Amino acid sequence: MHTSSAAVWTARTLEEALQLRAEHPDATVLAGGTDLMVFIEAGAIRLDKVLNLWGCTELAGVETTNSGIRIGALTTWADIREVSNLPDALRECAATVGAAQIQNRGTVGGNIVNGSPAGDSLPLWLALDADFEVASTQGVRRISAQDFWTGYRTHALAESELLTAVHIAPNAADSLHYRKVGTRMAQAISKVVLGGRLRIENSQVTEARVALGSVAATPLRLPTVEAALESGQGVKAAQYVTQDITPIDDIRSTADYRNTVATRIVRSWLERCLERT
Amino acid sequence: MRGDALYVDDIRPSDCLYGATVRSPIAHGKLLGISLDPDFDWTDIHIVTAKDIPAQNVVYLMTEDQPALADGQIMHVEEPVALIAAPSRDRALEAVRHITVNTEASESLLDPLASEGHAIKIFGDDNVFKRITIDKGGQAADGIVVEGTYTVGHQEQLYIEPQGMIAVPREDGGLTIIGSMQCPFYIIKALTPMLGHDRMNVVQAATGGGFGGKEEYPSMLAAHASLLAIKTGQPVKMIYRRDEDLRATTKRHPTVVRIRSVVDASGALQQWDADIVMDGGAYNTLTPVVLSRAILHVCGPYRCPNQHLKGVAVATHTPPNGAFRGFGAPQAMFAVERHMDRIARTIGMDPIEFRRLNLIRDGDTTPTGQALVDTGAEIVLNDAMDAAKAPFKAPPIHPGGGQGRYAQGRGVTLVFHGCGFTGNGEARIKGKVAMELDGHCVKILSASTDIGQGVDTTFPQIAAGELNIDTDRVSNTPHDTAMVPDSGPTVASRTCMVVGGVVKKAAKMLREALQAETGLTSNDFDELIAARLHTVPLRVQAEYVDDGSMDWDDATYTGDAYPCYGWSCSVVDLDVDLDTGEVLYRRFVGSTDVGKAINPVIVAGQLEGGAIQALGYATCEEVVLDEHGRMRNDRLTNYIIPTSLDAPEMITRIVEIPFAGGPFGAKGIGEIPMDGPAPAVAQAIEQATGIVLDILPMTPERIIAALENQP
Amino acid sequence: MTRFTVNGHELSVDALPMTRLIDVLREQLRLTGTKEGCGEGECGACTVLIDGTPVNSCLIPVVQVSGRDIITVEGIAADSRLDPIQQAFIEEGAAQCGICTPGFIVTARALLNTNPNPSRREIREALAGNLCRCTGYQKIIDAVVAALEVD
Repeated sequence: MHTSSAAVWTARTLEEALQLRAEHPDATVLAGGTDLMVFIEAGAIRLDKVLNLWGCTELAGVETTNSGIRIGALTTWADIREVSNLPDALRECAATVGAAQIQNRGTVGGNIVNGSPAGDSLPLWLALDADFEVASTQGVRRISAQDFWTGYRTHALAESELLTAVHIAPNAADSLHYRKVGTRMAQAISKVVLGGRLRIENSQVTEARVALGSVAATPLRLPTVEAALESGQGVKAAQYVTQDITPIDDIRSTADYRNTVATRIVRSWLERCLERT
Repeated sequence: MRGDALYVDDIRPSDCLYGATVRSPIAHGKLLGISLDPDFDWTDIHIVTAKDIPAQNVVYLMTEDQPALADGQIMHVEEPVALIAAPSRDRALEAVRHITVNTEASESLLDPLASEGHAIKIFGDDNVFKRITIDKGGQAADGIVVEGTYTVGHQEQLYIEPQGMIAVPREDGGLTIIGSMQCPFYIIKALTPMLGHDRMNVVQAATGGGFGGKEEYPSMLAAHASLLAIKTGQPVKMIYRRDEDLRATTKRHPTVVRIRSVVDASGALQQWDADIVMDGGAYNTLTPVVLSRAILHVCGPYRCPNQHLKGVAVATHTPPNGAFRGFGAPQAMFAVERHMDRIARTIGMDPIEFRRLNLIRDGDTTPTGQALVDTGAEIVLNDAMDAAKAPFKAPPIHPGGGQGRYAQGRGVTLVFHGCGFTGNGEARIKGKVAMELDGHCVKILSASTDIGQGVDTTFPQIAAGELNIDTDRVSNTPHDTAMVPDSGPTVASRTCMVVGGVVKKAAKMLREALQAETGLTSNDFDELIAARLHTVPLRVQAEYVDDGSMDWDDATYTGDAYPCYGWSCSVVDLDVDLDTGEVLYRRFVGSTDVGKAINPVIVAGQLEGGAIQALGYATCEEVVLDEHGRMRNDRLTNYIIPTSLDAPEMITRIVEIPFAGGPFGAKGIGEIPMDGPAPAVAQAIEQATGIVLDILPMTPERIIAALENQP
Repeated sequence: MTRFTVNGHELSVDALPMTRLIDVLREQLRLTGTKEGCGEGECGACTVLIDGTPVNSCLIPVVQVSGRDIITVEGIAADSRLDPIQQAFIEEGAAQCGICTPGFIVTARALLNTNPNPSRREIREALAGNLCRCTGYQKIIDAVVAALEVD
């Protein structure tokens, strides 16, 4: 047990949070702690300063707007499961994060900023063309999910910025799909995780998003597969999965497994979606 | 239920220090010493190395090869080199991080298949801890020959409470040792040569699971806590963090089994030759006994006139392996049952019908020449198959809403399991149980620790049954070696069957003592108590006495290997996800002969718990080693045991073929549930997909690779 | 100083803000019913309720429970009677070694408070963050089913 002796600043409002972030850009941001506390306990990181956002209720909550849905960064996975107008695939994703105790504390923002290549929700944000709302004392801007994860566990937030919300504009007509292949049925880290979206109009795929996690240094979209789908190749597009991903052998699984399973789950998804229409 | 039970980490002696262990980073080489970081504050830290050991640097179990602390040489990664005591847990762990272990690495031997006779010597002249050969009959006439090789890896016991121990200096210069353990008297035997005396009492705290993992390892931890307590003069508590527990403590022995069999034209077994290589790790511990049980079970519950079973347990530069529920039998039975499937497949016979044809029956002999009576293989097979006809109550649990492609399969296996210690084991132990009349209540004093298997309920039931009184009036006393006699270890499926038998005997002795005291012949316990002229506590002690009915020759490995055998049939229904290789359990049916279920709820709990551990062994529990033989997946995130969503619904059938030598007919049942499920899973996967896997665990990676390689 | 409520008692605790809640409970408050099995939020033996919600106390820094309402296993039974879940555990044989039991009791209590009639599947899912090595889960599920009939 390594009790961290870090100094902690707690933000109760968004304004406080941004102020503290500007004053202490080197403080580690702490939300639900389901990742950070594990690293601290393992002695993997030493923290001097922590910016505690838990309890900053302004940062939590889901609202429907004219342009879509805004999900506060501190919304937990348990919260996500309860919101009925969120896409089913997103709620299914929430149900696969850890187990109840983790879902009660893990946050959307934590998953995104932690930026693990195996992050359970990350492929879905890519598939949904999500925009991340980030703020600092200088103002608010958006970063698309596509541009957010710049490298292994690194992201596009500037020094004093905080992720404040995720914006999605789900189209009910789209077919949205989530599939996580983990180490067991619960409390599992993903070995391969798929987020996919197809817009089908007049039996043609007019828009395709195919995103995977745990198969590269970051979660990523599969451009060759998407192009093949949009050019009408249908289920055959699955053959290009291995071209777009670079999985490795690691403690949980192998590159071979990831290549094979990624291809198979994409193919099965496409078969279900496309061969029924 | 309320959180009141005191496990070792809940116990807080005053002035207690906290201990931690410094371990070797290399697998083999010279230990040059340790260096302390000069920038760290060492003033409140105590350090112990091998030179602080009072008498012999050994933790004794069966041999004197394993040191308490490495001295001059390293024999495995994570080997304990030094100990730290500090005022708090954080300070102790910080101190460990500021110590460097200085070594000169030499080439290490990690492959058990290369170990025997290797130039690099780990144990003795040839790295062999034990060699056993059993020969029955000769060579079969011509027939159909089938050969196979079966490989099983390590498995971690994964008790939810990590190892922990407290050592408290006593006023008389001795020690009180309190901790999480299965065998309090083992600790006394283990520490006496190291301390140079036996002035210690060992007390079992509430223990959060053991499964064999707390059979012998606690002696090492007790040795460490004791050394720190002696050095500091204060109580010292040591609690392993989970990652340390995973890396450093004993595991199930990895094993490779080769089998060559001959069947005749009708499919009857004519010859069965098996060859086992078992990896013991760097020190002997109790490896020879694990090999023994494996060899005695690698014939399976089948009749065969010519059986040649042999094996070696060898040394490697890895952390020593140890007891884990089943103790060699799960490894052997996986090989046996997979081989039975291989033969059936080769000759085109249904695997269940092939087994039925070859079941061992009353009067048949085992490889050691023991003639069996009351065999139960066919009984449990029929019972399980019957129970498995029940329709599934709910659809299987598929991740992601069941959107994949699935193939369904069923696997059925048969096992037997020798109950208690082999041969004259019990005659040597002479397990003792004391019993006291205290007012109207009866106290049982034994060393049989409750580690979750319900001894604290079952023993009172046995005594109450014998005395014909309410169970509420009988209880086990705390297991403190200063107060209880040595009943033998809490292992080997012996606690209910053997020690329970001594409990029954003690109860009978208690009643007889009352009869003698009062002059009454009545068997009515309350009448006897009422007739007493005083209330002085009455104490009796019973001992296991070998009735001489077992005829076992340890030198030739012939005769009656076990007093009796339990029988079990496993039926596993599962789906294989063809896209991901995941195995999704639908249902598990187990039918097991337990002799007599003294407490059916407790018995069922043992059968169910063992079955799920075996399903984990089958598909998800894998120990991944690095190039030093160190466990890489040393966190619960990465060593995968089943959750409630992974475990299927179970139908648990209890069959009773009473054993006259067990209390009320009871047989040992703690281990048998571990033996059958894993090969049943393999058979089910084969039935579902056609792929044949002869290795454990059958991970999704292995299944997908096999599916990809299918023509 | 951090102020919060534990099992109905308001307390003020002096601890570094990043001290794990499990350590505050076990070491300072001597509430040792909550157990540490892994320190990484996998086994659930450390489960407590914060404002009625089950969480892993090994992953929560005490600064984050300021003003909150915590229930540990010691607070589940109302006075000297056992909670129906605890009673059911005893009757069904759902506890063997007992080390995981407090965590299961707390999680199950939270489940029945929010979902009074869960299916066996829903029970398994709600309890999937609590690992048991002894029972194979069968009797634990049976116990929760038995408890909801009494509740």
